[in-house]
Amino acid sequence: MKKKVLGVLLAATMAVGMLAGCGGGNATEAPADDAAPAEEAPADEAEAPADDAAGDVISIGFAQVGHESDWRTASTKSCQDVFSAENGYDLSFVDCDNDSAAQLEAVRNFIQQDVDYIIIDPIVSTGWDTVLTECEDAGIPVIVIDRTIDDSDKYAAWVGSNFKTEGLAAGEWLKAYAEKQGISEINALVISGTTGASAQIGRSEGFQEIADREGWNILDEQTGDFTEDGGQAVMESYCKSYAGKFNVVVCQNDNEAFGAMTAMDNAGVTYGLDGDVILISFDACTAGLEKVKARQFSADFECNPLAAPFVEEVIQTLQSGGTPDKEVYMEEHWFALPDAIVDFSIDGAAQTMTEVTDDVIAAQY
Amino acid sequence: MAKEKTFFDKLKAWPLLLPVVALILVMAVNIIYDAANGNNPFSFFTITLQNTTANGTVLYGRIIDILNRGSEAAILAIGMTLVVSSSAGTDISVGSVMSLAASVCCVTLAGYGVSSTTELAHPLALGLLAGVAVGCLCGAFNGFLVAHLKIQPMVATLILFTAARSIGLLVCNDLIVYVRNPQFGFFGSFMGPIPTPIIITAICVAVTALVLSKTALGTYIQSVGINAKASRIAGLNSKTIIFMTYLLCGLFAGIAGIINGSRITSADSNNIGLYMELDAILAVALGGNSLGGGKFNLAGSIIGAYTIQAITTTLYALGVSSAQAPVYKAVIVIIIVAIQAPPVKAYFRKRSAAKAALAKEV
Repeated sequence: MKKKVLGVLLAATMAVGMLAGCGGGNATEAPADDAAPAEEAPADEAEAPADDAAGDVISIGFAQVGHESDWRTASTKSCQDVFSAENGYDLSFVDCDNDSAAQLEAVRNFIQQDVDYIIIDPIVSTGWDTVLTECEDAGIPVIVIDRTIDDSDKYAAWVGSNFKTEGLAAGEWLKAYAEKQGISEINALVISGTTGASAQIGRSEGFQEIADREGWNILDEQTGDFTEDGGQAVMESYCKSYAGKFNVVVCQNDNEAFGAMTAMDNAGVTYGLDGDVILISFDACTAGLEKVKARQFSADFECNPLAAPFVEEVIQTLQSGGTPDKEVYMEEHWFALPDAIVDFSIDGAAQTMTEVTDDVIAAQY
Repeated sequence: MAKEKTFFDKLKAWPLLLPVVALILVMAVNIIYDAANGNNPFSFFTITLQNTTANGTVLYGRIIDILNRGSEAAILAIGMTLVVSSSAGTDISVGSVMSLAASVCCVTLAGYGVSSTTELAHPLALGLLAGVAVGCLCGAFNGFLVAHLKIQPMVATLILFTAARSIGLLVCNDLIVYVRNPQFGFFGSFMGPIPTPIIITAICVAVTALVLSKTALGTYIQSVGINAKASRIAGLNSKTIIFMTYLLCGLFAGIAGIINGSRITSADSNNIGLYMELDAILAVALGGNSLGGGKFNLAGSIIGAYTIQAITTTLYALGVSSAQAPVYKAVIVIIIVAIQAPPVKAYFRKRSAAKAALAKEV
């Protein structure tokens, strides 16, 4: 008897656990579901006379990584805005909470739902061949965004940023800016992103390439896991290990840079346009641009999260029977204040920097 | 001579000997490293006063970093020690509960749906209270499942391990909620020259130690852990005691969560307290406590928590590439746990006994 009760309870608690575990995904899905019936009818009516060929709503499944940063949230929102019911799409959004098994599961669910297109932002770059073959067999084109898939090419297109270009941009900017400021010796500390993430690899590679070419001294490179707490802890240690020996800090995302700022504040190190240390950051989210405006970040190199418009182009190409480019790179901006806007070029291509103003900040994600 | 021997014997019998030795060994690595590099060999241990941009003059040094950054783990270790002792199981939900507490606290302070603010929407005390209360609620939930429904601790706490972080994200509307307010930031920065987390940890440890030593609670918890049935027959309400340890564990997780949120003046639900449950459990083990319940040593767990942080800080100081750091960490932990393992201890005891016998014969 006792065992039976325990069994029932265990089952119940597991069910609760599972429900709650999926909470993140369900909750964001719910409003979409609620909106769908209300919006569908007028959308159908409106579209039916206008477009006979593609009169049906295009259903899309999107398996997102999670929501670990502002960047990710912007990426999610971009998809939800572009693939809205008003625009003739039915988006099933699944937040995978950085769980790669859950992501595979989500993709398989999309196959069962028989959606028209699947968008994946792969949490890990390998282990995709089986599930992508299943997608192919079901005749569902897959569009990969942001992160890459390395062990399979059974997807229609990849849309994302060229992280190495971002790293190169930071390096070339630093060279030009240092020249302008009359700084001859660069001693840089790098707070890198999650080890092995493609953004970390690309940005490190790009910056390292320029550092090697210019003979800069990279004192240390440790990971802050793309988090503010991580950036703070690493910078706290850097301030002790390399007290007075560094003049550049490169943080591979804005959150790490916020943490580094706190740590430098607490070590009496000044940074930014008016300080001793040149602080470089990547991502350029709204909060990051505010720091550029406040002269605290010397420059911020964008990683455009708004992939959805580019994905929509790919989908339109596929809808009309065309073949999209396998790799689609998004346009990125390099942000600074006029004091730090310098001319530089990447592999011979001249770059334009964007001045940070209140309007630019308001328009940023 | 005789006096010296008794001191040595006393030291050998001291239950904290091995945890303390482990901590010292970890930090000693820095002396060797600094000496080998021609630096001041004790630079790791030097504490200086540093003028800061934001907080006046503060204490500054690696040791301060260890005490400061180890605060969350130390606070969690208090609760975890009690839980392990009373129920012979671990509370694996503490990391997630930390995240939930920080989320609830920040959302209360920022106002629902606000993602970034410098103004507090509600009084600071209300936010802190909400965070701590959520921690207690989670602890009570775990305690109810374990004490009253007799669910195995790991299974019972697995529920909140999965759910709490997700609930936190729901509360935060799937965003990082920034509360860039110095009042809130106080709990993660400095009180005078001392980092506030160190002070909060000291208070938590002192209050717990006082309660355990001045009341019979410590004895009750241990006796329930050793034999719940016998304790009940002896007149102790085992259920209430087990329930209470989980409640306390939740409370401490709530406090640790608020500290972590305050450090970064935001609720980063995805990352706050991530894998902290493992650090807390490891701290209890490193402190020489049996995970099988019963007798416990609170000081050991606290030292264990700071040992873990000392390893992390040392690896930072040595400039070990962060990709390889976990390997070094694992090796150090294996060594520390191995020298505390019963067979190893027994071997050394046997050897010293044999030596003593030999000495007697001669």
